[in-house]
Amino acid sequence: MLTILKNRFEQGYRTSTYPKTKIELPARYRGLPKVNPEASLALAEQCAAACPQDAIDATGRTIDMGRCIFCGTCERLCEGGFISFTRNFELSTAHRRDLITGGDLPALADHAKKHFKSLFGRSLQLRQVSAAGCNACEVDLNVLATPFFDLARFGINFVASPRHADAIVVTGPISRNMKTALLQTYEAVPAPKVVIAVGSCAISGGPFRGSPETTDGLEKLMPVDLFIPGCPPHPLTNLHAFLNFFK
Amino acid sequence: MKPGFLQIDNGKAVAIASIPDLAFDDFRNAALDRVADGAQVVHFFAYKTGQQIRLAVVLRTQHLLVATCDAPHTFPSLTAVCEPFHMFEREIAEQFGLRPEGHPWLKMVRYHANQEGLADIFGNAYEHDIPGNYPYYAVEGEEIHEVAVGPVHAGVIEPGHFRFNCIGERVLHLEIQLGYQHRGVEQLLRAADFKRLPTLAESIAGDTTIGHSLCMAQAVEALSGRAPDAGARIIRTIALELERIANHAGDLGALSGDVAFLPPANYFGRMRGDFLNMTLWICGNRLGKGLVRPGGVLFPITDEDRKVLSGRLNELTPQVAHTIELLFQTSSVRSRFEDCGVVSMADAAKLGLVGPAGRASGLAYDVRRDFPTEQYPHIAIPLSMQTGGDVLSRARIRASEVLQSIAMIQTLLAQPIATECVPPADMTPLAPSSFVVTLNEGWRGELSHCLLTDPAGNIERYKVKDPSFHNWNGLAMALRNTGISDFPLNNKSFNLSYCGFDL
Repeated sequence: MLTILKNRFEQGYRTSTYPKTKIELPARYRGLPKVNPEASLALAEQCAAACPQDAIDATGRTIDMGRCIFCGTCERLCEGGFISFTRNFELSTAHRRDLITGGDLPALADHAKKHFKSLFGRSLQLRQVSAAGCNACEVDLNVLATPFFDLARFGINFVASPRHADAIVVTGPISRNMKTALLQTYEAVPAPKVVIAVGSCAISGGPFRGSPETTDGLEKLMPVDLFIPGCPPHPLTNLHAFLNFFK
Repeated sequence: MKPGFLQIDNGKAVAIASIPDLAFDDFRNAALDRVADGAQVVHFFAYKTGQQIRLAVVLRTQHLLVATCDAPHTFPSLTAVCEPFHMFEREIAEQFGLRPEGHPWLKMVRYHANQEGLADIFGNAYEHDIPGNYPYYAVEGEEIHEVAVGPVHAGVIEPGHFRFNCIGERVLHLEIQLGYQHRGVEQLLRAADFKRLPTLAESIAGDTTIGHSLCMAQAVEALSGRAPDAGARIIRTIALELERIANHAGDLGALSGDVAFLPPANYFGRMRGDFLNMTLWICGNRLGKGLVRPGGVLFPITDEDRKVLSGRLNELTPQVAHTIELLFQTSSVRSRFEDCGVVSMADAAKLGLVGPAGRASGLAYDVRRDFPTEQYPHIAIPLSMQTGGDVLSRARIRASEVLQSIAMIQTLLAQPIATECVPPADMTPLAPSSFVVTLNEGWRGELSHCLLTDPAGNIERYKVKDPSFHNWNGLAMALRNTGISDFPLNNKSFNLSYCGFDL
C-alpha cells in the first residue's frame, strides 16, 4: 500500500492543459507545410521529383497533405526555399480538396456540420477500424487514453461495439482482406454516423499507394466527414480535430 | 564446415554466383542436416530470376549460412521432417504456387493469389475479400465449444481472427488466422520507384519503424558500398533502443491493466509517451519515421540534444524503476502472471521463437550479441534470460531490457556524437547480381531483410521477415490448457505485429 502511494506521489499530475493553453512541439516536428509561391519553378520541380509520395504540384504550387507523409525530403532539398514545415499541428479538414494546399487551411470549427455539434458535442463514441496500414496511426490514437491527453475528459471515448458508436475512425489503406469487415462495421453503426479518416493511408493509400492489394483512399468506399492527415498524425492533431469538429 | 553452404556475414553483400547452387535433393538434405545439428532458420523463400523460380535458405549457427537451388514445382516438404520450416513452406506455397508435398498443415498464410498466376495451392478463388474460405481446425466432442474473435477487435488494435476450441474455460487449441493487413509490401519494395524504398520500409510495422528501416538501410548500404559514419551508427543504435524501451514500457503497462492493477497501467502509458517524445525530439516523428536512411541518418544529435535527452532520461529512470518494482511486488499481479501461458524451451526451439518470447523460454539468442551491427559490437549487452516460459518470464525480460536500454543510451549520450547527415533523396545504385541479408534485434526479436539484385542492379527479390512471423505460433502454443480469460494477458505478453506478419 505504501509503495502504491509513494509511486502515486512520484508520478504527480500529468494531464495537459491543452486546449486551454498552447502546446509547443519540438523544433524538428513537421506540421502544416508552407509553400513559397515565389520559389523558382526549377526548385519546385526538383522537390516534386524527389517526393516519395508524389504529393507536390510544382506548377500549381501546392502540396497534397492527404498524400504527404511529412518525411521532410522536400524541405531539406530546397532548404526551405519552396516548402517548409511549420510546427502547427492543427492540420485537419472537412473536405478532401482542402488538403491540397499552399499552407492555409480553412478553420475546421467553421466547416463542421452544425447538427454534428448538437448531436455529439457533449458525448462522442468512436469505433476504431484498423484496415491495414502499419499500426502507427493506431499507436497515436491509443495514447489519447493515457493520462497526458485523457480524451475521456472531453466526453469522447473509444468503444468496443459499432452499435454503441457515433462515428468510425478508419486507419490504413484498406486492404482487400479488410474491406468486407470495414463495410460491415460501417453498416453496423446507427445513423446518423460520422466517418473519420486518420492518416495518409486512409486518405490516399499513403506509402502503399498503387498496390493492387490496397485502396487509394477511404472516400472510394464511403463518404468521409473528417480528414486527419499525418504519418501518423500527432496525437494533438487528432485531439484538435475531434475537439474542433464536434465541440 | 560441411559442404553445401556459403558462410556469410550479417550485412555484407556477396555475389549470387558465389552462393552454392545445389540440386534440390542436396539442398533439402543439407538444410535438414544443419537444422538437426541445431541451426535455426532465418529465411527460407522463393524468388524468380528470369523465368526460373528458385529457393534460398539462410540458416544461423554461430555464423550465417546460405544456399540456393532451382525450385521444383512440387517438392517433398521439409516441415514433414523438421518443424521450423513450417511457416516458411506455407509462405512459399502461397507466394509462388509451389507445393510442399506432405506438409502436415498446409494452409494459407495471408490469403492472396500467388504471383505466378498458377493454380492456387489452397483451392481459393479469391472472389471474396476476406480470408474466410478455410475449414478451421476443430476439436469435436459434446462439451467442446468454439469462440471466434475478430478480425475487428474491441480495442484500438490491428485486425486478425482468433478461433478458440475450448472445454469449459480451458483452451484446448487456438488457431490464429491473419492476412487482413496484407498490403503487398514485398512486391512494392521490389517494384515501386526506388525513391520510395525508405518510406516503405518505415511502414512495414510502425512500432518497429527503426528496426525495419535499419534492416533496409544496412542492406542498401552493403549493395551500394556506402557506410554510415561512426556518429550515425550511434544515433541509429540510440533510436533502436528508444524504440525498444517505448514498446516494452507500453506493454508492461498494458499487462498491468489486463490484470486490473491500474496504477502501473497509467504510469507506463504516460512514460511510454515520454520515450516516444524523445524520438520526436531527435527526428520530428514519435515513431522515428524520417530518421534512418541508407548511408546514415537525416538528423544529428547535437550537444544541446544530448543534454536534453540525457536530462529526460535522468528524470524518468527512477520513475520507471519504481513502477517496475511496484508491478512485480504486487502479489495479485504475480499470481496472475506466474505459470500463465507456459511455452517450454523444447517447444520454443521447435517453433523457432525469437526475441523476448524466446529468451523467456530459455533460448539464449539476441542479435545484438550474436550478430551485432551498428554500435553494438562496442557495447557489452547483458543477456536477459528466464526459463519459466510464462507471462511472468516474458514480463521480467521486458522490464530488465527497459533498464538495460536506458543505461545503454546514457552511455552513448555521454560522448559528443559527430555525424555528417546524409542528403535527402540520395539513393545510390545497387551492385548487380548480389545477395545480402541483414539482421537486427528489434524489440520483438530478430528482424531480417534479404535483398537479391538482378544483372542490371534492380531489386529482384525483397524478402522481409518480422519476428512475429516466428512468434505467432508461440502465442497459440501458450494458450494450450490456459483459461480463455487469460488470452488478453498472454497476447499482450507477446504483443506481436499483425502488419509485420501480413506484409
